[in-house]
Amino acid sequence: MAVEMLTYIKKQSPVHELSGVTKLIIFLCWSTAAMLTYDTWVLLALLVISFVLFKISKIKVSEIRFVLLFILFFLLLNNIAIYLFSPQEGVKIYGTSHVIWDIAGRYNITLEQLFYHLNITLKYFVVIPAALLFVVTTNPSEFASSLNRIGIPYKIAYSVSLTLRYIPDIQREFRSIAQAQQARGSDLSKNEKLTKRIKNASVIIMPLIFSSLERIEVISNAMELRGFGKKKKRTWYRATPFRRGDYFTIVIGVILLIASLVVTFHDGSRFYNPFTLR
Amino acid sequence: MNKGLSVKTIVAIGIGAAIYVILGRFASIPIAPNTYVETTYPFLALMAVIFGPIAGALIGFIGHALKDAISYGSVWWSWVLVSLFVGFFIGLIAKRVNIEAGVFATKQILLFNLIQASVQAVGWILVAPILDILIYAEPANKVFTQGVIAAISNIAMVGFLGTLLLVVYAKTRSQSNSLSKE
Repeated sequence: MAVEMLTYIKKQSPVHELSGVTKLIIFLCWSTAAMLTYDTWVLLALLVISFVLFKISKIKVSEIRFVLLFILFFLLLNNIAIYLFSPQEGVKIYGTSHVIWDIAGRYNITLEQLFYHLNITLKYFVVIPAALLFVVTTNPSEFASSLNRIGIPYKIAYSVSLTLRYIPDIQREFRSIAQAQQARGSDLSKNEKLTKRIKNASVIIMPLIFSSLERIEVISNAMELRGFGKKKKRTWYRATPFRRGDYFTIVIGVILLIASLVVTFHDGSRFYNPFTLR
Repeated sequence: MNKGLSVKTIVAIGIGAAIYVILGRFASIPIAPNTYVETTYPFLALMAVIFGPIAGALIGFIGHALKDAISYGSVWWSWVLVSLFVGFFIGLIAKRVNIEAGVFATKQILLFNLIQASVQAVGWILVAPILDILIYAEPANKVFTQGVIAAISNIAMVGFLGTLLLVVYAKTRSQSNSLSKE
């Protein structure tokens, strides 16, 4: 039951001191760049920068090891699945075929396919440090005010802040209900058949959901009584003011995004193709 | 759209997304590597039917994005958008189910399941794979296979658990025809 989750890790570092808005903007630029590009050079450059950022943030690998292992496992499975379903995808994308090892039929191993897998894996490695850093170095209460400042209506930003506030509460409640039901003999582990497990899961979910529906009533009444939503704007208890470092970081982030898009698309294709250059 | 959001909807979005995160993290049943029977979608369907399309869409979006972020450290945007899509359309069409009237009998059950099955089929078999191909350039046959598996398991789960949740919820509402003149 004790599954760890990523949470804010309080530290003193340049990355922590940046305002939440800056980190959010950088995170969005970063994931857009990583999402659109397939250019190996861009990916490698972004990867190097993200390792540097990681170093600066003083977050230790041991603090996030459980997530990293999880992601690596997921990546491995994804790569295997891609190969099983489409061993010639690389050949299709890069237009040439350099066979290095014949296995059987279309399951031969080509340089193109290996290169395609390298790119997919790189794409993940580029996003992961940025996303992890964002989650781990941004104070949750500041996150909501950041959302509001980049233009999301404050009511929606407030729902996000409610979510972050209530995840630990609901997790605790989920645990106590689950333990109570397990004490009464409902088993969620592999020892039971699938249909039985689904039934057993529902005896936990039911009370959780219905007690939470009541919670919604209580909280919304309390907010209504305090006059939430009457004004067009609101202020935030936690909002870090912009400093020089923030402007600097945002400018660099936007330049990086534009540069990576230019490098990626200047030849009309998302892929860097080392095979036809020769 | 901002003006139309009542305080209750805002709270429902917030708490709903939190429950989505917890259910997605702890109450999913692994059936094969990387494939889970999700208990989140029955819950999403329930919330969409009770609180409407905007709540459904945002619970799906915020919940799924946060769940991805805190459990994998990165967000798989194409599937997050499908959660938004599913929540929105179940909420939009399910107004006709009118759950607050307290009646959720055979006719409403059939209607609800027709809606959820068609919305999810479009979402998982069309939208998710196409976004996967556009964003991540993954091989088509792989993502379509994943989509079909997700569609089957999620439609079945919502059909079973989602219907059950709605039946129980309807019983907690007072029926609109429960008063009679003497």
